Amino acid sequence: MAAPDDDDTLVTRARAGDEEAFSILVRRYSPSLLRLARTYVATQAQAEDVVQETWLGVLRGLDRFEGRAAFRTWLFRILVNRAKTRGVQERRTVPYAELGTDGGGDDDGASAPSVDPLRFLPEGAWASPPQRWEDDPEVALRGKEARRIAEEAIAQLPERQRAVITMRDLEGLDSDVVRNVLDLTETNQRVLLHRARTKVRQALEDWIAA
Amino acid sequence: MSPRFPIPWRRRAPSPGLSCRELVELVTDYWEGALDAADRARFEDHVHRCGHCDAYLEQLRLTVDVAHALEPEALDPHVERELLAAFRTWKTEEAP
Repeated sequence: MAAPDDDDTLVTRARAGDEEAFSILVRRYSPSLLRLARTYVATQAQAEDVVQETWLGVLRGLDRFEGRAAFRTWLFRILVNRAKTRGVQERRTVPYAELGTDGGGDDDGASAPSVDPLRFLPEGAWASPPQRWEDDPEVALRGKEARRIAEEAIAQLPERQRAVITMRDLEGLDSDVVRNVLDLTETNQRVLLHRARTKVRQALEDWIAA
Repeated sequence: MSPRFPIPWRRRAPSPGLSCRELVELVTDYWEGALDAADRARFEDHVHRCGHCDAYLEQLRLTVDVAHALEPEALDPHVERELLAAFRTWKTEEAP
């Protein structure tokens, strides 16, 4: 039996004209949609527009939505499509160096190491090993400043890395959902996620060491 | 090709283990269950014996924790009201 507030039940109710069901869905998903939209557009105002367009798109497609695809996947796909379109329209100038280096290109970014090669000895052992974070800094890692550092690092990631880490680690979505929403292969998704995580780790390490 | 039989004049075959530099590239693959049994065993064996890589793994795990603690912002209530108004319009138009 479906729970009274699960997505499928709410979608069915909304389709039948139940405004409360629609409003629960809007409140449930809009914060996540807004955050993902920021991956593709430059300002919070544009992200709000994209989220609004997404829900209007949901209304237009609701009668045709057959529930074979999970509602969540469908919803996030609409969002990503709209956000990308908007992002292209209002594209900030992207420095050439950033293009094609997000680890999801043809070479899967396999050539670029995720940890500075200078931190290893020629035979591959650590020369400049990582410090333990559990002891003292773990307390700091629970703080506001650590979250700010992480947020800033994520905002600077290339588009696809940012989208993947946002959906996987920030939202906690399953890899299957993320692959379907972003049209990625399993391998591609893992590479992008790993690149993103290692850059955020580096930012936190720099901050802790400072 | 590795020899079928131990070569008596070489006391030990070179370790087929991972280097630290290789291991750091595999952490997400390991967590996602994407390594085959042999690679997974080599990965675990290395981490078990290498405090530095164990610390690196811990750092990456804590990084994921920090990322997960980031809270998204709510939608502007004004936009939410507009959406509910759009829903009412949709409902009227959809009604037979």
